[in-house]
Amino acid sequence: MKMKLSFLATLLIAIMLVLAACGDDDNSSNDGTNDNGSDNNDNEQDNASNDGGEEQVLIFARGGDSESLDPGSTTDGESSRITRQVLESLLEFDKESFEVKPALANDWKVSDDGLSYTFYLEEGVTFHDGSEFNADAVKTNFERWSDPDHEYSFSDDGYVYSMYGTMFGGFKGDDSHVIDEIKVVNDYEIEFVLKRPLGFFLQNMAMTYFAITSPQALEEYGAQINENPVGTGPFKFVSWSKDDAIVLEKFEDYRIDGLPKLDKVVFEVIPDNASRLISLRSGEIDIMDGLNPDDAAGVDEEEGLELYTRAENNFGYVGFNTQKAPLDQVEVRQAINHAIDRQAIADALYAGYAVPAKNPLPPSYAGYNDDVPEFEYDVEKAKDLLAEAGYEDGLEIELWTMPVARPYMPDPETVATIVQANLADAGIEVNIVREEWAPYLEKTLTGEQQMFMLGWSGTNGDPDYFLSSLLHGNNVGSSNRTFYENEEVDKLLDAAKVSVDQEERADLYSQAQALIAEDAPMVTLVHSTPVLATTSAVKNYVPHPSTSESLAEVELE
Amino acid sequence: MFAYTMRRLLMLIPVLIGMTLITFSIVHLIPGNPAQVILGETATAEAMQNLEESMGLNEPYAVQYFIYVQDLLQGDLGTSLRSKAEIAKEIWPYIAATFELTFFAMLFAIFIGVNAGIISAWKQNSWFDFLAMLFALIGVSMPVFWLALMEQWIFAQELSWFPATGRQDNRDPMEPITYFFVIDSILHMDFTRVITTLKHLVLPSIALGTIPMAIIARMTRSSMLEVMKSDYIRTVKAKGSGQFLVIYKHALKNAFIPVLTVIGLQTGVLLGGAILTETIFSWPGIGSYVYQAINYRDYPVIQSGILVVAFIFVIINLVVDLMYKFIDPRISY
Repeated sequence: MKMKLSFLATLLIAIMLVLAACGDDDNSSNDGTNDNGSDNNDNEQDNASNDGGEEQVLIFARGGDSESLDPGSTTDGESSRITRQVLESLLEFDKESFEVKPALANDWKVSDDGLSYTFYLEEGVTFHDGSEFNADAVKTNFERWSDPDHEYSFSDDGYVYSMYGTMFGGFKGDDSHVIDEIKVVNDYEIEFVLKRPLGFFLQNMAMTYFAITSPQALEEYGAQINENPVGTGPFKFVSWSKDDAIVLEKFEDYRIDGLPKLDKVVFEVIPDNASRLISLRSGEIDIMDGLNPDDAAGVDEEEGLELYTRAENNFGYVGFNTQKAPLDQVEVRQAINHAIDRQAIADALYAGYAVPAKNPLPPSYAGYNDDVPEFEYDVEKAKDLLAEAGYEDGLEIELWTMPVARPYMPDPETVATIVQANLADAGIEVNIVREEWAPYLEKTLTGEQQMFMLGWSGTNGDPDYFLSSLLHGNNVGSSNRTFYENEEVDKLLDAAKVSVDQEERADLYSQAQALIAEDAPMVTLVHSTPVLATTSAVKNYVPHPSTSESLAEVELE
Repeated sequence: MFAYTMRRLLMLIPVLIGMTLITFSIVHLIPGNPAQVILGETATAEAMQNLEESMGLNEPYAVQYFIYVQDLLQGDLGTSLRSKAEIAKEIWPYIAATFELTFFAMLFAIFIGVNAGIISAWKQNSWFDFLAMLFALIGVSMPVFWLALMEQWIFAQELSWFPATGRQDNRDPMEPITYFFVIDSILHMDFTRVITTLKHLVLPSIALGTIPMAIIARMTRSSMLEVMKSDYIRTVKAKGSGQFLVIYKHALKNAFIPVLTVIGLQTGVLLGGAILTETIFSWPGIGSYVYQAINYRDYPVIQSGILVVAFIFVIINLVVDLMYKFIDPRISY
């Protein structure tokens, strides 16, 4: 009788052990060698592989799922990470910077007045569905984004192309819309005629959001195109199980011979950062995005793992509502700038993977003004400035704390606490205000806040996207939450926007930054360098500052 | 019994209508609108207005509710604002994932919990009893995320016995049929895959099953102790029946009613989604589905997701009530 009982009780443990022992050899890859787990059943594997017949499968793990695989109708970074592999734009960014390179267009010509851009397209390129890539396909895609009445715009199904609106100044029929006409010269030549020059037109053409979808697929899938992307990219779409995995496989007829090197790429969702790192260590995944800065040092020293950083392409800030007392006084704003210890924030929160920021623009950008004097951390000076403004007895200010973590602000709560302590030293009492994300964004738009926290990440590598969006007077009430309006700055930004001489533009942006620094509409805190990790088996992986990099050249050893 | 079942099923209708009304009101009372969340900090006022219009959010609430219920009565759960996919189609893989995990977690919890409870009651005040109840106490009070991370650290990272995350080997994913991956891999007639799928289930099932297991063990013990003291057990013992028979045949049957109630409630809770466990093991279940929908203010998904969960909960309770009669024929409805 007792025998029976103990038998029952140990049965489950026995099953566990058997399971653990079964096929244990295919994930004992702590040493970093990946044998792909595909040795289980390779019978269906008929496609030729590169070396020795072993299928190269790479797993890229990230924190959240994609929103849509139709690049134009989303602004979500997790989506463009995938569409970057499946679809291509006319141009593309250089591997590590925002310099534009040929992609689907192998050459281009800009008229002297900056009103006409002609692109010469690659010949003999086919989409994954076998249809041919040509100038008509490009025209169809651009019209689909710009014209809500276009047969493929799917506006009745909730499709909105907000990135197009932001980058090209609006949609068909708007006065601010910059594209006047798209002319198909012949199958492989297309001309964009603009209403007025746009300084970052070429940068836009390289953005992942403006990648070309097969018109035949738009016809076939209709509004389901967001789950069935068809492009010309190195990988073609296979399947998507929501919140789990997106599977892509090699496109055999890719326009560049010998690429891609991988046979299959799987983008897996692992929401928890710690679990993701454990999965990387146990060899279940090959690349992990979103490493905690605190774990970076450990990963760097660990055998079998490699640490990567993305170039900084963002900045986090504490913004001032410049139209609300006492922050309408420039002395108060400057005083707060002097009272905050940026270096301490960079060290405490980002484990050193961040640099203190003095301009609202990443240092690698054209026109970054390095001559702008920084607000050194100086409590006495802050107190003097406050006295000058008539607040020698101190003052009380609200600080709105953002409720979500962002790459530019991985731990907003702690930043708020540091700012609170710093300002207390200068005699400013800070009351922390908490709101949920959606109301936070809405209320800061209408100016209910005094001080608030936010940040900005670049998408097309152009200073306009940072400076105009955040600080141009016209954007008050949309993306300009500091309510900063300075006519001179606006004039400089407008001039830079329409100029096509890149050196002249850089100079104008540089001047604007100097003026902005004097007015101090925000405390620019840090530019963060996001860290990520791979197993040592991953080769030729180059993280791009935009967060979407092509995996065409990546290999597994 | 048939009449009782029908009556209970009919009662579902007002319950579910009440649910839709409550979720609809709560969802629209929380501040923040989906257009703002979807477009994020880079949104322009114009883009937001366009998006709101295309999502039908500019209609009055009453009209929105009416449209929602009308669609619901036609079996249409609506369309997700974020993914633009039909919820009725999109929700199934999440439900299947949650069902599969719950099944194995409860299997673990019931098997260990009931047996540990029985042995503890049988050998009351023995070292086994003390140890089992100590573990049960730890089990009830242990934070799930901590247990989950410890499991991952020991069994995935250090020992490499079990995978840390996911439902299957994603280097070689299979074509889903029912979305119950264990069943699917059996249908694919692929033995190695059955093993891999089961291995993926081990760690999350234990993490999720630990609290129910502890509760079940404690409940079984106290219930068994009570029954073991009753007269009829003494009679059975006097008759000369073996101990095993006394406990498993005579005592357990009467002691099982409260245990069954607990099992039913716990199953319902787990089926409602275990966000922490699902997040840590990256298990795409119904809990994370609804949770994400709340973050994105994806109204139709929140409403329909909660409706489906509530429906499952009510059905489980009904099944438990019907099982009482099966275990104890003296109960009548």
